[in-house]
Amino acid sequence: MKKRARIDVKALPGTAANAADERLQVARPLRAVFNKVFPDHWSFLLGEIALFSFIVLLLTGVFLTLYFDPSMSHVTYNGSYLPLRGVHMTRAYETTLHISFDVRGGLIMRQMHHWAALLFMASIVIHMFRIFFTGAFRKPRELNWVIGVTLFIVGFLAGFTGYSLPDDGLSGTGLRIAHAIMLSIPVIGSWTANSLFSGEFPGPGAILPRAYIAHVLLIPGILLALISVHLGLVFKQKHTQWPGPGRTNTNVVGERMFPRYVIKQGGFFAIVFGVIALMGGLLTINPIWLFGPYEAAAVSAASQPDWYVMFLDGSTRLMPPWEIRAFGHTLPPLFWPTVVLPGVMFTLAMAYPFIEARRNRDTAIHNLLQRPRDVPERTALGAMAVAFYLVLTISGGNDPLAENFDISLNAMTWAGRIGLLIVPPIAYWAAYRICLGLQQHDREVLAHGVETGIIRRLPNGQFVEVHQPLAAPDAHGHTELEYTGWVVPKKMNRVGALAPAIKGFFYPVEEPAPPALPQAERRELESSGTR
Amino acid sequence: MTVVDNPHGSPGLATAEERSRFETIVAGAREDGVEIVHYEPPFPAPGTRGERRLQRIVAGCFLTTGGLATAFLVTYIWWPWEYDRDSLLHNMYTPVLGLTLGLALVATGFGIMIWGKKLIPHEVSIQERHDGPSSDHDRSMATSTLLYMGDEMGLKRRPLLGLSLLAGVAPVGLAAAAPLIGGLIKDPHKPVEGGTGSPLMTTAWGPGIRLTREDGTPIRPEDISTGGQLTVFPGVPEGHTNVHADSPTLLIHLRGQDMAELRDNLTGTNVGATWGDFVAYSKICTHAGCPASLFEQQTNRLLCPCHQSQFLVTDNAKPVFGPATRRLPMLHISVDDEGYFVATSDYKVAIGPGFWERP
Repeated sequence: MKKRARIDVKALPGTAANAADERLQVARPLRAVFNKVFPDHWSFLLGEIALFSFIVLLLTGVFLTLYFDPSMSHVTYNGSYLPLRGVHMTRAYETTLHISFDVRGGLIMRQMHHWAALLFMASIVIHMFRIFFTGAFRKPRELNWVIGVTLFIVGFLAGFTGYSLPDDGLSGTGLRIAHAIMLSIPVIGSWTANSLFSGEFPGPGAILPRAYIAHVLLIPGILLALISVHLGLVFKQKHTQWPGPGRTNTNVVGERMFPRYVIKQGGFFAIVFGVIALMGGLLTINPIWLFGPYEAAAVSAASQPDWYVMFLDGSTRLMPPWEIRAFGHTLPPLFWPTVVLPGVMFTLAMAYPFIEARRNRDTAIHNLLQRPRDVPERTALGAMAVAFYLVLTISGGNDPLAENFDISLNAMTWAGRIGLLIVPPIAYWAAYRICLGLQQHDREVLAHGVETGIIRRLPNGQFVEVHQPLAAPDAHGHTELEYTGWVVPKKMNRVGALAPAIKGFFYPVEEPAPPALPQAERRELESSGTR
Repeated sequence: MTVVDNPHGSPGLATAEERSRFETIVAGAREDGVEIVHYEPPFPAPGTRGERRLQRIVAGCFLTTGGLATAFLVTYIWWPWEYDRDSLLHNMYTPVLGLTLGLALVATGFGIMIWGKKLIPHEVSIQERHDGPSSDHDRSMATSTLLYMGDEMGLKRRPLLGLSLLAGVAPVGLAAAAPLIGGLIKDPHKPVEGGTGSPLMTTAWGPGIRLTREDGTPIRPEDISTGGQLTVFPGVPEGHTNVHADSPTLLIHLRGQDMAELRDNLTGTNVGATWGDFVAYSKICTHAGCPASLFEQQTNRLLCPCHQSQFLVTDNAKPVFGPATRRLPMLHISVDDEGYFVATSDYKVAIGPGFWERP
């Protein structure tokens, strides 16, 4: 009998790699991927939070589909949650209760899914701020900016269809408002609403199954496709970087993708996943069993949608009662704050890169980021947009605010109406002034040096503060440096002249820090540094 | 240029063999347009105390993960998870799952992070970008290829082909789209079975239909005390369910002087709609369709909690604050021979949020 050939375990990776390369010729492209350089900065990781939340959403979402049934047929609850026993409800609500109470680990999965959705939208917004305020959307990345804004809109739809599904008191009210919004569209409104709901609200049981298939197939498919293109473009166009030593518009300075960059990403994914698990386990969200099944005649005060929908709720509340009626037709006031306003907001956001480029007659390629202070106009516009959005969002929650702080609800509404007009311009002005102030201070430090905190008394009795210039004096004795678009050191320990600032929470502050520089260099600094 | 720029002098690559392996890496990176300009092992020599300490921390993280993940499994399987409102153990089930799973993942994350950031050589690499358009050569080649392809197709010489293709493809596209959209379309004004008129304009109310509670029982005037209010539903099969989501109505028993005020104010189709000191308004807000259900007795206002429209009960439920523009429609009511409230007609105007075709 022939002896079986023994498998050489040590040679296995080599053989496998060889086999793959023989068939796919991957050696060169793989090495290029390994060697791809990524710049490093904490703010570049904000988009990753959205990506990782999306992965958690897919995982937990698949679990939920195994138990959820979007049917609107009527049943009588007979599960283990006593207060609702015997109550008539839809299958959708019943199965959501079932997931929360009668599926092992179902509640944590539901709550992780919801928290991950909130985190997904939040990190998209924060990531968008980073891109906007640092000018990362400029040529050649305009397309990716447009895709990013689209991701927010599609994510919004994903969230809305998602929280409409359980058919509890809150989600039914949300759907009813969505129905009213569709009705308000001129000419095609009633046809659109009636077609989507397959009848008058809430219709013969069509809307939830339709929202469901959109939520679990169509929208995630679109999100997945858009995210793939988004990341593919970042990969192809290479990441932007901050200005700094050795960094130019035509290079990328950082770490190669393998091993450090990928390892850090992996660790970050585990942490994001872990934080979502902690939130899902420890923090109750959307306790649908307290809201009861949806009934058209019931609603509770202070019913708030998820945070990313609140700006629409706010705009709807602030809208004055202006209805247009002519030629036997009605244009309801609901149309302006819920259809026109978001349309204008998202169109402006998408068009911004092109507007700015046109305004500045800028056709150059930009790979270096700008500090927000260096582009006061854009920063101020951004602050204005954020202020506008914030006023709307706060107005979306003005009823709990009015109740908790004992303010008249009508006063809150008026404050929102007036605030929507005057807060954004104030934000513009304040941001603009702050940018200019910061710029000026940078130039001051570059010209005169860092404040040392040392006061010197002159022979005539005058007191002056000693400054540490950042450069050695030139032939004329000037120490002025040019601004390079990057952080200017403003503390002595930033330039290495003093010991590094004492760090740490648990160590006593008194513990002396070791000197950072050898004695000789320190003496040199002291002798040259005064002025 | 020196590839390894290490302040400690030694790049930490002690032997000639290690150095030559590193040079291969550098050469490979250079072929990909990447220059490794700074490469610094985190420790001056392998096996220092600091390195061993970090090793122990990372290992500690991973072992913690293992412990917590096991705890998660044990909890998941053996913890009393079945719903029991009074059991502290049961109430702790989800939090313990979250704690063990969350901390396990966070510990893994920290372990991996510390490994990557502290135990792997720090480097600075520079890669050239190749932005901007393709080379003129590539561009002209691509353009001519494309133009030649067009010539080969001969659309210019054979215009009939192009036109007929267009004429053929357009209907196919429409044919593909039609069932996708066509199946959904439903006429909002087609009367439902047994109904008359557009469903948007009508509700389940009609002459002689009793006002009932949620459980279907009819209501006598003495059932509601002065200043009180009750949500009523049409006394038809499934009248209180969402099948008739447009029909919930608020029956209010006003105080004498408030009723007198309302009677003076009644206008248009509302004249004669009240009965005694009772008035019935549609509960569906004319703004966005939420139930306008918060009745403030002192000011006689109805507030919709969704967008805070306020309606004055003593003046035909006219909107007095917030985004609503239209009054809540009034239901004409009376009392039948047996002493129960009935509607004497359907709402005279469309209830609920506005829409284009609404006159």
